[in-house]
Amino acid sequence: MSTDQNFSVVGKSLPRSDGRIKAVGAAQYADDIFLPGMLYGKLLRSPVAHALIKSIDTSAAEALPGVKCVITGQDIPKVKYGNWRLVPESQDEYALAIDKVRFIGDEVAAVAAIDKDSAEEAIRLIKVEYEELPGAYSVEDSLADNAPVIHDEYKQDIPNISLDRKIEYGDLDKAFAEADLILDDVFTVHATSHAYMEPCSCISEYDHDGRLTIWTSTQAPYFVQCLLASTLEMRENDIRVIKPFVGGGFGGKMEMRPWEFCSAFIARKLGRPVKFTLTREEELATGRRRHPMRIHSKVGFSKEGMLLAKEFNVHLDGGAYNSMGPTACFLCGNFGAMLYNYPSYRYYGAHVYTNKPPAGAMRGFGAPQALFVAETQMNMAAEKLGLDPIDIRYMNAMETGNEIPGVATISSCGFKESLIKVAEMTNWREKRKNLKPGQGLGLGCYSFISGGVFNWFNTRYNFTSAEVRAFDDGTVHLMTMASDIGQGCDTVLRQILAEELGLKVSDIRLTAADTAVTPQADLGTWGSRVTLMAGNAVRKAAQEIKEELFKMVSLKFDLNVIHDLRCGNGNIYPANRPDRAVSFGEAVRMAQRAKRGEPVIGYGSYTPRNKGLVTPAFSFGAQVAECEVDKETGAIEVKFMTTAHDCGTPINPMSVEGQLEGSVHMGLGYALSEQFIMKEGKTLTTTFLDYKIPCAEDMPPGISVHVDTYEPDGPFGAKEAGEGLVSPTAPAIADAVYAATGYRCMDLPLTPQKVLTGMKKI
Amino acid sequence: MKKELITLNINGDDHEIAVHPWRTLNEVLRDQLHLTGTKLGCGTGDCGACTVLLDDQSVSSCLTLAIESEGHKITTIEGLAPEAVANSNLENCELNPIQESFIAKGAIQCGFCTPGMIMSSKFLLEQTPNPNEDEIRAGLSGNLCRCTGYNKIVEAIADAAEKISPTK
Repeated sequence: MSTDQNFSVVGKSLPRSDGRIKAVGAAQYADDIFLPGMLYGKLLRSPVAHALIKSIDTSAAEALPGVKCVITGQDIPKVKYGNWRLVPESQDEYALAIDKVRFIGDEVAAVAAIDKDSAEEAIRLIKVEYEELPGAYSVEDSLADNAPVIHDEYKQDIPNISLDRKIEYGDLDKAFAEADLILDDVFTVHATSHAYMEPCSCISEYDHDGRLTIWTSTQAPYFVQCLLASTLEMRENDIRVIKPFVGGGFGGKMEMRPWEFCSAFIARKLGRPVKFTLTREEELATGRRRHPMRIHSKVGFSKEGMLLAKEFNVHLDGGAYNSMGPTACFLCGNFGAMLYNYPSYRYYGAHVYTNKPPAGAMRGFGAPQALFVAETQMNMAAEKLGLDPIDIRYMNAMETGNEIPGVATISSCGFKESLIKVAEMTNWREKRKNLKPGQGLGLGCYSFISGGVFNWFNTRYNFTSAEVRAFDDGTVHLMTMASDIGQGCDTVLRQILAEELGLKVSDIRLTAADTAVTPQADLGTWGSRVTLMAGNAVRKAAQEIKEELFKMVSLKFDLNVIHDLRCGNGNIYPANRPDRAVSFGEAVRMAQRAKRGEPVIGYGSYTPRNKGLVTPAFSFGAQVAECEVDKETGAIEVKFMTTAHDCGTPINPMSVEGQLEGSVHMGLGYALSEQFIMKEGKTLTTTFLDYKIPCAEDMPPGISVHVDTYEPDGPFGAKEAGEGLVSPTAPAIADAVYAATGYRCMDLPLTPQKVLTGMKKI
Repeated sequence: MKKELITLNINGDDHEIAVHPWRTLNEVLRDQLHLTGTKLGCGTGDCGACTVLLDDQSVSSCLTLAIESEGHKITTIEGLAPEAVANSNLENCELNPIQESFIAKGAIQCGFCTPGMIMSSKFLLEQTPNPNEDEIRAGLSGNLCRCTGYNKIVEAIADAAEKISPTK
């Protein structure tokens, strides 16, 4: 740990740079943009889960006054798309269905009209004749003999398994043979919605220069640019993607989506701007969601509590298309064995097509599912072996320098400290002994990644990059494609840059996430990659500037050693003579003069190389839930949440707290209240009245503390903070409910009905 | 069906507009007048992102018809700090204390729920100038936020209440 630096901007809880514009209502989100001559778009979606399209009659819709364009799958280039460009056969979607629909909500046609009413009316006038096919609505349905084949155009070894992944290390069979305790359980976990507050929206405009500009609610402008280019059969550079303010994403906005394609396609066809905005009903009924999974986990321990072996078999219910399922399938195997030292491990994950809305990336991305199982089994093993759940974790916990075989070496780890901290803060050992009937205390832990290493998008660019322009008025302009979707990277990247250059945050102008202006490229906001990766790129760009300015200032001071200089307080000065400072602006002026007027520009990029298979850095943490269960009704009340976490250096502690509190919110909803009620592929929970995300009164009080570590691969020691903590909440609550009632939940969500039924069985 | 000609008083200004009787106040604010600070998060009155004040009452603008808003004073988020919205130098403008507290306490992340949250807070603090935590949480129960976990919003409102109506 080398937190030897005295930071002046990093580590400060500065208010976010976009706080004021958001507070006064002036921040423009995609749906807030109106362009002259703009048309309103609307999608027609399939009402059936699995069917062949026999015919589409758009004549009545086209004849409706005010309707300017109607398109179907027959009108668009027959180019499939998907985020996994590295494996082209995994790209299984058309923007509009061609010949076949595969889920209720599959996009079939699009219209553009002069107003919303006409667009909606036109949608109702399109006549589609379907020939319905049998549907498969669960992993079991899809893998049954004679199951309907959902994508019959690919050769699949096992029908409806779009891809699978295996991991194996250690001598598993020998380890199980030697184990004193083997747990062998099947768990099921459910789908949940991102429920970002801003429904997806985009607006496209085609200009006379032959370029298409799209403002879209996205986490990954570069993905949208590339995939629009391929599906529209245009050149990448002819497409400009601008991310306006985005109202949350949580993984749900990291793909090119049909409305983006349709808006761009129609704008190009008509030469008029076209806006599409989804309704909340469309979002909940047809939108991406967290993968439901069936997980068979067998885990072996010695009688002392040491982990010996784990066999982890996961079937992901992927819905009708791959979406981000391949990554979930990949990562779930890693999360299954990330937190502890598993001497032997065998993973098999299979991504299964079903006739349901596709599951995609969602905050935690395979970890909430894998860790619900892993952490529940740790709690079960502790009880069976007569150990404290803290102790069994401590003896198996990952530490700095440990290696996950074939995956990575852990370069910083505050897991053991987190365990000690939550035990102290909750008075764990005493409190567990003195629980009253109906009271429970439970523990869950997590580890998470700080961005991905594996290049599944097959980018030809660096993973992220930054350009910094320095001005002789003492300001700098930072340009980055990193996308703030609410998590606060616009603020955090400014802090990193200000720290490196010794400037104030207010000296920095930022232009972000505009593919025509900001440097190529950045893969987007997902996988908790931005602070570490974009932060490193920004630092490198700043270091280029510094190097150039230091050369100039060295000349002035007759110092011949560059590292004798420092940046601070808007100045550049010799380390031992701060009084002999040259202002940052003056140094820029000198550098510019020496180059006969050329501007001072720094460029930095970051691509994780030689960082193993998964991520450059891992976060860790532990969480304790205190619950009370009403044994008459089965109602669970979470009384208090205690969290200790390790995110390396918090660049902005207030922002980190906000991420952690938001994670508890999402974890609580995952554990208790959020679920899609489905019937034969139809989603019945299509409003926030039925799909219950926790409201202000549902949130338990809590406390979280930060465990101090320094991540050598992160900017100023920082790593992941926004995602990992979604995972421990469900297993911690489930364990507390077990302590309170004797009912062990192996099937999320943990509803009062399940508690009552579970208690009756005991 | 023919449109009605109505006059809506929004943030002190009269706007004469023609609307269909079924048009919601939210549609008029956003699509016709381009007052886009008021958001649309669900359209069914569940999320509160569209909250505005009708006279002194907070309402979901997605469930309120434009024609029934005539004759009332409508206040939207743009009306809380009109100078700031009009002024290009946002940094140096005075905002409403609730807005200041939301910024200072980290109560804003993606910001999409923020205008509705702030309007509900304004209504709450007019009804209950010094609310306790339970009263604040109850006052926010019609406003959903997916980013913050609400705690910093609750803190911000308590902070604003103290600024507006000091207890000490």
